Amino acid sequence: MSVKLKDMIQSPQIMSSGHRMCAGCAAPPIIKIMGFALRGPTIICNATGCLEVATTIYPQTAWRIPWIHVAFENVAAVASGIVEGINAMKEKGRYKHEHVDVIAIGGDGGTFDIGFGSLSGALERGHDFVYMVYDNGAYQNTGIQRSGATLPGQETTTSWAGKAEPGKRERKKPIAEIVAAHRIPYVATVDPFHYRDFITKFRKALEVEGPAFIHAFSPCPRGWRSESSKSMELAKLAVETGIHPLYEIINGDEYIMSAPSKNLTELKPVDEYMKLQGQFKHLFSPQWEDFRKQVQEQVTADWERLKKKCGIA
Amino acid sequence: MSKKFNEIPMGGNILEPGSAMQYKTGGWRAERPKHTPDDCLWLKNGTCLLCWIFCPDNAVKIAEKDGKRTYAFDYDYCKGCGICANECPNSCIEMESE
Ligand SMILES: Cc1ncc(C[n+]2csc(CCOP(=O)(O)OP(=O)(O)O)c2C)c(N)n1
Ligand code: SF4
Ligand code: SF4
Ligand code: SF4
Ligand SMILES: [Mg+2]
Repeated sequence: MSVKLKDMIQSPQIMSSGHRMCAGCAAPPIIKIMGFALRGPTIICNATGCLEVATTIYPQTAWRIPWIHVAFENVAAVASGIVEGINAMKEKGRYKHEHVDVIAIGGDGGTFDIGFGSLSGALERGHDFVYMVYDNGAYQNTGIQRSGATLPGQETTTSWAGKAEPGKRERKKPIAEIVAAHRIPYVATVDPFHYRDFITKFRKALEVEGPAFIHAFSPCPRGWRSESSKSMELAKLAVETGIHPLYEIINGDEYIMSAPSKNLTELKPVDEYMKLQGQFKHLFSPQWEDFRKQVQEQVTADWERLKKKCGIA
Repeated sequence: MSKKFNEIPMGGNILEPGSAMQYKTGGWRAERPKHTPDDCLWLKNGTCLLCWIFCPDNAVKIAEKDGKRTYAFDYDYCKGCGICANECPNSCIEMESE
């Protein structure tokens, strides 16, 4: 799919103004960019989380396409049901559209953790749908609790930083690789700053037969204690520092590094990413100097590992 | 806004797409973006539009008609996040205190 500005201008906006997401939240641009990749009638299933709560304050909705709110833990199961329901209606000649795309969207809490079982089940059953996680690194909507996507060293309200602890100690789940291990046809990581890469990948995800998974990186000024103007800059920095490298995984084992990551001659220090966020501030005290170095070493090691998988020396 | 039980759609359905537009988020704003057209790439040659792509609130309003391009902010909805100003490659947007 070629991504032309002319087509983007003409494409209908799937989400209206008037939603109540925080100023500078990256999730609405992610939805807007996803909207540029749609190819026809589409149904969105949205797990509970900031995006769901703040775009549909009853009795209003910001969505302009069919959308269903589901519980926190079962968005992939609901999407499966919709896909198979449509198939059953088609067989009976009771469905007017030739094809409808079904997209499930969950936050990182809803995807890495609580909805993981239903996601894994839907991938195993092989329904033709796209699952997108918008990853803001914590359970933001309920007040910034740590999740499987929270980075080591990140302070949340369930991983406080102080004299005894440097914030969360554990590593972040490699969700794209875990999902790819289901041998589904298509997995890709994206971020809103690299919107052309995002649109191209999302379109591919829609086009493959069977399940596809998109891991979208989503800066959250409220939870990250970053300036609202810096959300796209942070998305870019996450790629440049190796916190969120951009790549695709085809059929579970063919790894392809995407241009924005591939073109980096070397990674920027993770410090540059952390310095813009209050949630990492404590790591710059002498006490956590060593911990910060360990985080850097982990990111560098993961990057080298990914390069190897992508066949880059 | 208050409705009788039999006037409310069944199942918590919301039947009007984009009805969140009824709620104006412009009141959240502490700083407002101001656009200086001189170096704007959209107005100059119809390219760029990073501000429009990244605005979380669809508050950058652009149009093209008969070869004429326009640019404006929709202050009814702009929350003043400053992303447009931060991302503009030619520094055409400045944030001013309300
Ligand atoms: C079973 C269940 N447990 C807890 C909640 C409360 N809850 C609503 S949103 C949310 C956090 C969602 O986190 P995430 O999926 O990361 O999305 P975010 O809000 O960060 O965008 C929680 C815990 C719930 N709705 N259902
Ligand atoms: S808390 Fe974070 S993710 Fe939620 S709306 Fe605010 S900025 Fe967005
Ligand atoms: S300040 Fe934020 S909300 Fe307002 S126009 Fe710029 S990007 Fe949009
Ligand atoms: S980002 Fe700047 S140069 Fe580009 S269209 Fe917007 S105002 Fe014009
Ligand atoms: Mg989250």
